[in-house]
Amino acid sequence: MKAWKKISPYFFVVPSLAIFVVFLFYPFFKTIYLSLYKTNNLGQAKLYVGLDNYREVLQSPSFHNSLKVTLIFVLIVVAVSMLMGLINALLCQKAFPGIRFFSTAYALPMSIASASAAMIFRLMLDPTVGIVNKLLGVNIAWIQDPKYALVSVALLTAWLNSGINFLYFSAGLTAIDESLYERASVDGANEWQKLFRITLPSLRPILFYTLVVNIILAFQSFGQVKILTSGGPGESTNLIVFSIYRNAFFNFRFGTAATESVILFFIIFLLTLLMFRSEKKTSIQR
Amino acid sequence: MPFIELKNLVKIYDKHTDKAVNQLNLQIDQGDFVVLVGPSGCGKSTTLRMLAGLEEITDGAFYFQDQLYNHLSPQQRGFAMVFQNYALYPHLTVYENMAFSLRIRKEKKADLDRKVRQAADLLELSDLLTRYPSQLSGGQKQRVAIGSAIVRKPQLFLMDEPLSNLDAKLRDQMRMVIARLHKSLQTTVVYVTHDQVEAMTLGNKIVVMNQGKVQQVASPAWLYQNPANMFTASFIGSPAINFLEVEMVKRPSGYQLISGNALLHLSDQQGERLARRGFDRSSFILGVRPGAISTVPADSDADMRVKIVGRELLGGKMILYTENAKSRLTVLTPVNYDLVRGQEIGLCLDLVKALAFDPHSQENLFPSGPAQADQGRQDQ
Repeated sequence: MKAWKKISPYFFVVPSLAIFVVFLFYPFFKTIYLSLYKTNNLGQAKLYVGLDNYREVLQSPSFHNSLKVTLIFVLIVVAVSMLMGLINALLCQKAFPGIRFFSTAYALPMSIASASAAMIFRLMLDPTVGIVNKLLGVNIAWIQDPKYALVSVALLTAWLNSGINFLYFSAGLTAIDESLYERASVDGANEWQKLFRITLPSLRPILFYTLVVNIILAFQSFGQVKILTSGGPGESTNLIVFSIYRNAFFNFRFGTAATESVILFFIIFLLTLLMFRSEKKTSIQR
Repeated sequence: MPFIELKNLVKIYDKHTDKAVNQLNLQIDQGDFVVLVGPSGCGKSTTLRMLAGLEEITDGAFYFQDQLYNHLSPQQRGFAMVFQNYALYPHLTVYENMAFSLRIRKEKKADLDRKVRQAADLLELSDLLTRYPSQLSGGQKQRVAIGSAIVRKPQLFLMDEPLSNLDAKLRDQMRMVIARLHKSLQTTVVYVTHDQVEAMTLGNKIVVMNQGKVQQVASPAWLYQNPANMFTASFIGSPAINFLEVEMVKRPSGYQLISGNALLHLSDQQGERLARRGFDRSSFILGVRPGAISTVPADSDADMRVKIVGRELLGGKMILYTENAKSRLTVLTPVNYDLVRGQEIGLCLDLVKALAFDPHSQENLFPSGPAQADQGRQDQ
């Protein structure tokens, strides 16, 4: 009886644990397993090669390029989407006529699938009939020119991600007590001083959380790359995630793809760990 | 010239509702401790926020040292305000909270440090300077809020119900702190509260407000003895004053008041004064403080007979709630455990300090107080 009481709680965990095991843990460990093998075209592990795959990937210029491209991409996406979300949230902090329309508009990108957004952007960025060139009065091949392709895809992704950031920041702003602003006004602070001395410090915890989520989100961008550029022109938008896709499903080199996946996992894992470390340090100082 | 003058101040939030503040006139001298008191929704906080610049003044004028302040922003006014919920910056230490307004003004570091430490000393906060607001108790937070306000040595202090979030004991302590602070700093204070005890103990000038209108402006003692109308009379004093509808008749023995089975004797002075205003023919409202009523056994010679419907023990004193067919009376007497609910007793009313009110206008019929009744007669 006593033993049953001790064991029985675990049964309640089993259903969710089963889902985790089947869809998360199994693929995760299978990926690590595959990364140590050469595979056949069906993705079955055939030949154990140890760390050869890692050696090969880490020495390949294509992967170096992917790393560099991904880094630039993530930097642009995170910076722009967070800034967009923050500015939009600040604009909607105080009520004004039409605020519902604007806040809906700012949150909208959240509900758009990346693939459909990419389709629309492909039309808008078209060198001959696209509205972007018409409006700017220029003639730039946004997607076809290696100089612009990465930035174009990054900006689209930033816009897509800005919706959720707008939501996070809006929630953070409503949590700030109105009387703090009133006291600051009486204390003599102008709007900029209020922004930098009250709003931003108060948003700090949410800023950190948003940063972590945004970095992870940016690393995993895929749909828009696939539809807009397919990693091209050349390899100028060949992000790690896209390179994994290409290696696995075009080149049928599942081992290499798995290796890249594991490396990507460690990059994101380390970054997140680092951010949490630094956040912990500063919050202890407070 | 007054330090601060409010002329016909009006605040309208919404055209379709009543005015939040209606034609408020007030003069404040330098060093005054002015308390705006009234029930919730009476416009006292709105008035304070108009002084601070946090609410726009709809109509009327606000003069500060003879300058029109209506359109100055809160930043330009340079006042200091203490909020009901403390409004401490949660991400700043106690020290930085207190230094905030000085940092905004780009004070020199040495001056800033000296001023903050001085204020911290005054409020016994010196040991807490490195703490964050979340690590403080309610009373400490309130002291920090007050400290943040005094570091700048503002010309006007605004306090919006600063003690209402504290428990009773702490509230008494903080009341003393604020009174002491006002004495030592000699700054002008405008203080908002709904608590008449706070108003009576702190203010030297009390502004009683109701439904956006000033009912009376007076010193605490004057307010208690000579309320201008029934609202002030019932709002100031605890337990609240009793009102009795009475008719006055003149007998050879003097003036008598009749209210149901009650028969009361009024002094000639008071009676004649009322008679001159025609109240020997129409009824009026008599106001008697609970402390001016004493209890006697039911079978003895009493002014009126009542039944006890409730009893509250306050320690040394107790409050009796009594009623008869015509009226309800609250009585404040020394504790007597023999008096219980449901018992019939007699009451004796001491009318020397009684007040009389016009039943229609609700104005006090002894405008300068019963004590000056004689003077009133000579003046005529």
